[in-house]
Amino acid sequence: MIKIARLFLALVLVFLYLPIIVMAAMGFNASPLYALPFDFTTHWYQELAGNGRLIEAGWNSIWLAVLTAVIATALGTLAALALWRRTFRGRSILRILLLPPIAIPWLITGTAMLVFFFWTGIGRGLHAMLIGHVALAIPYVVLVVGTGLQTLRADLEEAAMSLGSTPIHAFFRVTLPLLLPSIVGAALFAFAVSLDQFVISYFLSVPGMTTLPVEIYSAIRKGFTPEINAISTILLVASMIIILGFARFARPGGIGERS
Amino acid sequence: MSGVDVTAVAKNYGATKVLTDITQNFESGTFTSLLGPSGSGKTTLLRIIAGFVAPDEGAVRIAGADVTGVPVHARNIGMVFQSYALFPHMSVAANVGFGLGRRGIRGKAAKAQVDEALEMVRLPGFGGRYPRQLSGGQQQRVALARAIVIRPDVLLLDEPLSALDRRLRQEMQVELLRIQRESGLTTIFVTHDQEEALTLSDKVAILDRGRIVQMGRPAEVYERPRTRFAAEFLGDANFLTGKVRGSAVEIAGATIMTEDRLPAEGATVTLAVRPEKIAIRPAETARSGAVENSLPATVSSVIYTGTALTYMLRSGDLHLKVFAQNSDGSPLAAGSAVVLSWSARHSVMVEG
Repeated sequence: MIKIARLFLALVLVFLYLPIIVMAAMGFNASPLYALPFDFTTHWYQELAGNGRLIEAGWNSIWLAVLTAVIATALGTLAALALWRRTFRGRSILRILLLPPIAIPWLITGTAMLVFFFWTGIGRGLHAMLIGHVALAIPYVVLVVGTGLQTLRADLEEAAMSLGSTPIHAFFRVTLPLLLPSIVGAALFAFAVSLDQFVISYFLSVPGMTTLPVEIYSAIRKGFTPEINAISTILLVASMIIILGFARFARPGGIGERS
Repeated sequence: MSGVDVTAVAKNYGATKVLTDITQNFESGTFTSLLGPSGSGKTTLLRIIAGFVAPDEGAVRIAGADVTGVPVHARNIGMVFQSYALFPHMSVAANVGFGLGRRGIRGKAAKAQVDEALEMVRLPGFGGRYPRQLSGGQQQRVALARAIVIRPDVLLLDEPLSALDRRLRQEMQVELLRIQRESGLTTIFVTHDQEEALTLSDKVAILDRGRIVQMGRPAEVYERPRTRFAAEFLGDANFLTGKVRGSAVEIAGATIMTEDRLPAEGATVTLAVRPEKIAIRPAETARSGAVENSLPATVSSVIYTGTALTYMLRSGDLHLKVFAQNSDGSPLAAGSAVVLSWSARHSVMVEG
């Protein structure tokens, strides 16, 4: 049984990583038509360095993802604190309402946002994308931080208050440090949701002001070169470093559990 | 040193009355247990004194000052929580020093006091460790050190020993009592463990459905329970209900004497008799006239626990329980006819 399971897991990993490895390798292959034999070159990376459109789209994506992560994490953490640590009317309804946006197809959310932003005069552009991405990311943040809060005993804050902490001091000295792994995890989630986002970005982008996924999509339609592989590889490596860094940082049980 | 005064405190959650008209003085330097089943309001009372819960009515005074409207952090209290609530991301020294820091005591002065407190709970040199590296009993001691190092006006303990195993709990009871005596802190201890309450306390307060039904020295409360609930919750009791006849009570055909002042002739009263106060003898060897109360009965079953025996008996419609020492090694068999006897002062009249 265990052998079969291991084999299965190995297959899953192969199917996950093999296409990515091929994609990255082709960025270093001289043929613009992805033809073999493999002939190593850094030509496409040099080309990329001169491709203003792709680079600008790449920076747009990164800035958007960073801003989304910061804003969504701040708002989502506050929401999680309210939803799990305070009692108020309609709390359970609000908690339930958080879940459907995760399951609603992005195409529908995107259309709805496009119409709504048009009617409210927000329009399209990077600012509209930011609003859209933040709205998309908040439910993930609330869920991740909320789960972290549930594993954190409420009496820790009470203990701090019994020793003379004001509620705010208790929050910053006790709750926040213990919640930090969850908050960092949530921020990464929000970052990934934004960086990955295509449908909503596509709907809300204006020509000349787009994100990398949208730019890659239009490049593919026009016929593309291994430059796309090059920029994809750069992004891939960057996000792998972030994720692996986080995995080291947030061991189970949080930073408080590290020796 | 100063005590805690609770005056006419009441607390409701919606339609549920959690506490009703609690007025109680917790004398300076004494160790008082709040004993009651879950839902009796004992934890709510403790949390009202701590300031985590605001009473709907009444006032709380700590060390002579009215603190009813004062938030937790501005009351000078020390609290030990059921789960210890040690800060997992701080060392033992940082945990113990937390309250000192809030009081502006830092550096050398703080370190000296932290060391002294760790010494008091017998964990010297543990300052550099983290809570997860400690056993349950050690975490308990750190929690205690953290609460007493700030020299609080009152030490509040919320079932702090309930998470420990039996052996460790007995050890900690002794420690707790020693520390309380050494520090002289007014201590209020919430527990549902009657033995713990009797062993540790100067005073025991028994709570039932949001009221303190009785408070006094452990022996006083145990020997002279005022209500049926108090008799039952603190220890075991046989309840005999009958009618007043002259200066005694007629119960199931027998005349039972008590030293308590009885109500008028014909009134219905309930007497509580502790199972260990009753002597049990085989019917054929029973002497008569030596003790005030005697009651013929039949053994229905015996529980043998080595050092002690528990007899379940019947006397007419009455079911009785008797604890006896296993002194001659041959317990009476089920079905034996026996005579139960006890002195009049052990028939305690109770309410309810």
